[in-house]
Amino acid sequence: MTQENSRTVLSIRDLKVDFETGTGTVNAVRGVDIHVEAGETVAIVGESGSGKSQTMMAAMGLLASNGRTEGEVIYEGRNILGLSTRQLNDIRGAKVTMIFQEPMTSLDPLYTIGRQLAEPMVVHGGLSWKAAKAKALELLKLVNIPEPERKIKAYPYEMSGGQRQRVMIAMALANDPDVLIADEPTTALDVTTQAQILDLLRGLQKRLGMAVMFITHDLGIVRRISDRVYVMKTGEVVESGETAKIFAQPEHLYTKMLLDAEPTGHKPPVPDSAPVLLEAQKVEVEFELDSGFLQPKHILRAVDDISFSLRKGQTLGIVGESGSGKSTLGRAILNLLPAGGRVVFHGQQISGLDKAAMRALRKDMQLIFQDPFGSLSPRLTVGQIISEGLLVHEPSLTGKDRDVRACQALEEVSLDPVMRNRYPHEFSGGQRQRIAIARTMVLKPEFVVLDEPTSALDRTIQKQVVELLRDLQKTHELTYLFISHDLAVVRALSDTVMVMQRGKVVEAGTADAIFEAPKCDYTKELIGAAMLTQQQMMETA
Amino acid sequence: MHRYVLGRLLSAIPTLFLIVTISFFLIRIAPGGPFDLERPLEAKVMENLNKIYHLDEPLWNQYLLYLKSIVQLDFGPSFYFRDFSINELFAQSLPISIQLGLSALCLALVVGGTLGVVAALRQNQATDYSVMAAATLGVTIPNFVVAPILTLILGVWLGWLPVGGWNGGAFVNVILPVVTLALPQVAVVARLTRGSMIEALRSNHVRTARAYGLTSYMVIVVHALRGAILPVVSYLGPAAAALLTGSVVIETIFGIPGIGRYFVQGALNRDYTLVMGTVVVVACFVIMFNLVVDLLYALLDPRVSYD
Repeated sequence: MTQENSRTVLSIRDLKVDFETGTGTVNAVRGVDIHVEAGETVAIVGESGSGKSQTMMAAMGLLASNGRTEGEVIYEGRNILGLSTRQLNDIRGAKVTMIFQEPMTSLDPLYTIGRQLAEPMVVHGGLSWKAAKAKALELLKLVNIPEPERKIKAYPYEMSGGQRQRVMIAMALANDPDVLIADEPTTALDVTTQAQILDLLRGLQKRLGMAVMFITHDLGIVRRISDRVYVMKTGEVVESGETAKIFAQPEHLYTKMLLDAEPTGHKPPVPDSAPVLLEAQKVEVEFELDSGFLQPKHILRAVDDISFSLRKGQTLGIVGESGSGKSTLGRAILNLLPAGGRVVFHGQQISGLDKAAMRALRKDMQLIFQDPFGSLSPRLTVGQIISEGLLVHEPSLTGKDRDVRACQALEEVSLDPVMRNRYPHEFSGGQRQRIAIARTMVLKPEFVVLDEPTSALDRTIQKQVVELLRDLQKTHELTYLFISHDLAVVRALSDTVMVMQRGKVVEAGTADAIFEAPKCDYTKELIGAAMLTQQQMMETA
Repeated sequence: MHRYVLGRLLSAIPTLFLIVTISFFLIRIAPGGPFDLERPLEAKVMENLNKIYHLDEPLWNQYLLYLKSIVQLDFGPSFYFRDFSINELFAQSLPISIQLGLSALCLALVVGGTLGVVAALRQNQATDYSVMAAATLGVTIPNFVVAPILTLILGVWLGWLPVGGWNGGAFVNVILPVVTLALPQVAVVARLTRGSMIEALRSNHVRTARAYGLTSYMVIVVHALRGAILPVVSYLGPAAAALLTGSVVIETIFGIPGIGRYFVQGALNRDYTLVMGTVVVVACFVIMFNLVVDLLYALLDPRVSYD
């Protein structure tokens, strides 16, 4: 491990962070030592709850009001921990700047981009508003925002997530900082945007020579941009060192587990003799965009002429970036929104069926959502959530029968049936997603649409959920429509893959064909952005 | 924008028409008439009176006559205040009620807003608890209790302020009624501001502002308060309409010749035109302030646009 030396610009020594909560004190960070040298990029890696963000928040005096800190944060020979807000404000935003995880909400919705970019320059650099706005325009050009003259007058809601994150980067660079702290800056972005933002950051760092502290849970990013790594787990640094060395010879068990967490394996193919379960022909979904009074209607084709057929036991993976129409397609297949074309399930045409007629089929066609926090009712126990569907679809069951079925379903997703009397908030994200899966499985469906079921989960949890889904498919001969932007997960689960862009299928084929020999440029770009990391990891392995 | 405002104003016409129609017939359904006294008038006198005020004509005819005059902005003669037309009564009393209400509104906004922000910044500390306790008191104690207590202390015992009368809106006469009228509003505004301010202070963009070392004023006022004031604005629209059209209790206790008293007097005396006039004025204020709130929203939040 490299020691602190004269080139060290920011060093965190024995930092502890505690939160006073209603149920007692939570030790979020338990004595962490991290430092960064001029021009260096260090990555702080860990899963959610490891304390990596709170470490940096504490260092910058941004903790929630119930947080307490101990230790030292040394910048230019001075401990900045415990400085008054006024003194701290000479440093943060000027010498040490931050970029946050949530590009959609990190900018104030009520002010223009130009005004927000100018503020730190006026406050720290003593510039006039006019001079600051002029420099803001330069910065927008620096971070490659298209049409900077127009965008400087735009409000955040008029920009995409990627553009907003570029604005945040511009803001971070405005006062020539010594240290840039980036807290998961690309996590909320699509893979291709992610790659662009990382390239931008790396290029700017080379030109401007600042130190970067990069907080992430994504080892691919670490591998790609950092010189040194700190691996954090439950509030402590468990391993640190040169990036290459950590990847080649991880010492700590947890690091090894993180490195091993990429979902792997293939799904065994389904024999050609398997009956066709679901067939979609020329499915179309159109949305009418609100374009104001007496103006021509604007029609958005969210799903444009998509056909496929699925045999029993197969998985069709649907890949695409946000806005490509993949979730809309999933809902159209389940007849959850009005769609053109024809969907045939078990030889019965379901498109155009009314709600009552669909209800009988709903038991066999289920949907699992992305958000494990929002999709479970907080006021029902897990047992009630799981058995609720049985009330509708198998009304003859007694309460006791339903309870037995709920227990079985929980066992199937490897949760202890004793937990059925608890409420959703007592469970972690991974456990909640298992509960959501159990809720589906209790009805013994044949066809399940999985809409980004693993996207909100940490890699290690993701791997477990992927394996669970694969096991369930094998035991119950389930047919999946698997929607995801995560190519590694799609590859591990699917027989065939469709790549969607702007509502259309741009490429389709078997999973191996798509991933090993992509034909379409867009597919290549997607794979390039995502897989680069994987290949590198394989090379080092 | 202009088209939006024009559209909103035009759409107010059918609303007003409905309000006028419904209240016209409702007040006629109520038993008794404007000239029913404890000791009945002579039949001949009654007949004459009814003739003068068109009360002898069929109801639908009276309704048409009223519509016709209201279109010309003439609210007709008062049945009870014999020598005055409704227009004359309102011309005297409405400005007084507006001045009273507007002062109370500004006081509520400034004091309530400040208290709310202070409470939010000291969340779960002594200051916060005292502000919120005071706010709860402000809402729960009715103003017909507050008014006599304030009058007793400041007017009678200390003799600092006059206990009643309007005196042409002289400053010392205004203080007590304005404060009494504003107190419950101060409490509500403080609560609303505190709630939305706490949320705003936790939001990501305020965290960005703090992380970039902006001054406390910029963080709190420029970035947090502008968004946090939106729910207060939407509360204040209807509240303003109610305040500006007079308060029966305050006007009665302090002997202020405002419009609020007319509502009660008109209804009790079956003064048909007075009741109708008050209803129309209140409805106009409500419609107008809802429009003002929507326009303010667009001014405060660029995501709202009426083009």
